[in-house]
Amino acid sequence: MSSSMRHPLVLTRRRFVIGSTAAVGSLTLGFHLPREAQAAGAAVSAREVNAWVVIHPDERVVIRIARSEMGQGTLTGLAQLVAEELDCDWANVTTEYPTPGESLKRKRVWGNFSTGGSRGIRDSHEYVRLGGATAREMLIAAAASQWNVSPAQCSAATGVITHKGSKRSVTYGKVAALAASMKVPEKVPLKDPATWTIAGKPLLRLDTSDKLTGKQVYGLDLVLPGMLNASIRDCPAFGGKVVRFDASAVARMPGVKAVVPVGDSAVAVVADTWWHAHSALTALPITYSDPAHPNLSSQSIAAELAAGLDATDAFIDTSKGDVKAALAGAAKTVTAEYAYPYQNHATMEPMNATALWTAGKCTVWAPTQNGEASLAAAADAAGLPVQNCDVFKLHLGGGFGRRGNQDFVTQAVLIAKQLPGTPVKLIWSREEDMLHGKYHPTSQCRMTAALDAQGNLTGLHMRISGQSILAALRPQGAAGGKDAAVFQGLTQSAPEGHLGYSIDNLLIDHAMRNPPVTPGFWRGVNLNQNAIYVECFMDELAYAAGQDPLEFRRKLMKSHPRHLAVLEAVAKGIGWGNKPAPGVGRGFAQIMGFGSYVAAAAEVSVKDGKIKIHRMFAATNSGHVVNPAQVERQVDGSFSYGLSAVLFGECTVKGGRMERDNFHTYPVMRMADMPPVESVIMPSGGFWGGVGEPTIAVAGPAVLNAVYAATGKRIRRLPVATSDVLRA
Amino acid sequence: MAQLNVNGQIREVNVEPETPLLWVLREQLGLTGTKYGCGVAQCGACTIHVDGAAMRACVVPVGSLTAKQAITTIEGLSPDGSHPVQKAWLALDVPQCGYCQPGMIMAAAALLAQNKTPTDADIDTHITNICRCGTYNQVRAGIKQAAGVKA
Repeated sequence: MSSSMRHPLVLTRRRFVIGSTAAVGSLTLGFHLPREAQAAGAAVSAREVNAWVVIHPDERVVIRIARSEMGQGTLTGLAQLVAEELDCDWANVTTEYPTPGESLKRKRVWGNFSTGGSRGIRDSHEYVRLGGATAREMLIAAAASQWNVSPAQCSAATGVITHKGSKRSVTYGKVAALAASMKVPEKVPLKDPATWTIAGKPLLRLDTSDKLTGKQVYGLDLVLPGMLNASIRDCPAFGGKVVRFDASAVARMPGVKAVVPVGDSAVAVVADTWWHAHSALTALPITYSDPAHPNLSSQSIAAELAAGLDATDAFIDTSKGDVKAALAGAAKTVTAEYAYPYQNHATMEPMNATALWTAGKCTVWAPTQNGEASLAAAADAAGLPVQNCDVFKLHLGGGFGRRGNQDFVTQAVLIAKQLPGTPVKLIWSREEDMLHGKYHPTSQCRMTAALDAQGNLTGLHMRISGQSILAALRPQGAAGGKDAAVFQGLTQSAPEGHLGYSIDNLLIDHAMRNPPVTPGFWRGVNLNQNAIYVECFMDELAYAAGQDPLEFRRKLMKSHPRHLAVLEAVAKGIGWGNKPAPGVGRGFAQIMGFGSYVAAAAEVSVKDGKIKIHRMFAATNSGHVVNPAQVERQVDGSFSYGLSAVLFGECTVKGGRMERDNFHTYPVMRMADMPPVESVIMPSGGFWGGVGEPTIAVAGPAVLNAVYAATGKRIRRLPVATSDVLRA
Repeated sequence: MAQLNVNGQIREVNVEPETPLLWVLREQLGLTGTKYGCGVAQCGACTIHVDGAAMRACVVPVGSLTAKQAITTIEGLSPDGSHPVQKAWLALDVPQCGYCQPGMIMAAAALLAQNKTPTDADIDTHITNICRCGTYNQVRAGIKQAAGVKA
């Protein structure tokens, strides 16, 4: 059970006000020592104006950030939103993470800690801005009360409050203490984004300088007094158990302190250093049960999914008109089958967590995408009430969805519980990380379309066969073979992402097939393969109809102007319509996902079976934009992540376990593979879309369509690296 | 007991000679800026300099080094983050999660030390570090800015 289920978030205005009037001292950053953590509140003379804003007498402004920073820039973006409403001096702003334990004590005043689904900003912008605006009003009220004037005659700008009549002024730092005791205002209007001066601007990130000198402390870098280090090996076969291990064989190796079971499938060695722990683990004889699925392989899984393409048990998400009749009456039918493999997140920082357990208390330090879920996992593993536990979040060396799972926290606590009073840092080896992922689910898709005599698309059946993430992680959300998340970007009207084509006869269904491989939310999630299926097939249809791929799509997009606008922007940006050089091909793709409209275009050539991407162009409409420079970085990064997936990414299964165990067998994008990227951000206003993920989905189909334009060869089974189409 | 010359200081370490330099830096000397990413010299997160040349510390046994060889880590690249590569990285806001960036910066600094005006092809050949956030274009621009070349 997740903590969010135990404490459902109802962030009503009343709840917000209750929470924001409870005064505590400044919270700590996660890497303080436990003793310091307890003393920190008393050590500083800062004033908490409300839960979001702490102002020191020297004018430093500390903004509290509940969501996790993993590279996506959310920390800076959320701080910009609070600072905008606070009207403080941006140069004085720093940030800190409240702990989930502190949040629970204060009636979840900081709301949801979960950082995934490109939701960090779009799910919290309103209440964090309200936090900043409320603090500003309380600061103004404090100054006005000192001057014995009406707050209405005072205004605030850049951290200074001014009384219009007398021209008196005072800085925030001088009145912060008094402000904290002022009545919390009832109704504070938020600014019109058109008037923003801090939010909406391409400001530099707040967290860069320590990343350039080695000072930034990631979970892997934490050092606590008396801390021991652990390396773990979970049974590599899915569903396997540890039968026995021979601790005596490694007990005398350098630095070894303990060899402990972890659950029923893993063993950890605890030592003075991680290198000692890992060396002993490598030498440790472990006997596992026979593989639960000895015949499970990539081939067997592919066959299971292929059968799903013909199955009658599919869940229907969209059924419009009569596809059967459209196909029967078609002048031409077109069919194509696509396949998408398992993939590992492969964050640069392997999974890790540090735990300290005593009979009455458990503390965890972890790079996590969801502090509250970490807290719930820690309490469960510790066997302690959640009130007796807390989690200090550390910067993440990449997340991409992997660190929304808490398996590494559970393990760290289970290990620490066997060494009461000693902090233990668990670090997974890269091999452990690769073999125990929460993999991007595999799927296949059969597209069947009807074209009339004029080459118009009159009917489309999209049959997806593949794995459900929800069935594995939240089974209650996937009852009866229905997993709504499978249809990301394909639905008829969802604000999260609806299909940008109007097709009279349309059937979209999913045959759920769940091999015993643990899937997970992988940056971009199901939008990744859905965009490939739809956008590559639209290209196939245009060529089959003898039409220009842009013109062919335009006819279907008349009712979807925002989808069309980003598509036209990238077509223009890549030079669609101008004849490319011989051997060069161009392609594009669009989709809506995570609340945003995105498109990509690519220019490629192919030599000796190898794709060279000359350049790419992106267009993004996320409604509002909090930091355009960070949006551009997310677009760039999304291209890299998406191209990694489509060109190289595949985790193969053999003998009931994963095979690819490090970067030499799981290649990813590197400098030489990365094309130059141009990006246009075209915010229409009116909605808040996410930007961390959607562009991943359009990178692949834009390139694959460009490859077809260059070569006449269509790659439908991914990744490209294992396809023989270009070598044929 | 081995003597190492790290960031201009002689440091004594008491470890098994086969211990990778990466873990000696991180666990014996407290220099955690050098990161563990793969352990097999694939990702470059552990890139350091030995006598000015970029090396992957995860596959360098500490016993293969002598106190005559100058080891430089990200902490010793400059006293205050003022190396031209660090300054360019700051100005261009290169890092995202930042985990790979100490290795990227050390690889970039080593490249610029031997090639003052690297071409795109030089950068492709010499910067083989992995960044999963996808900062490659920013890294490329950062190297050019540090070299004084208009990107």
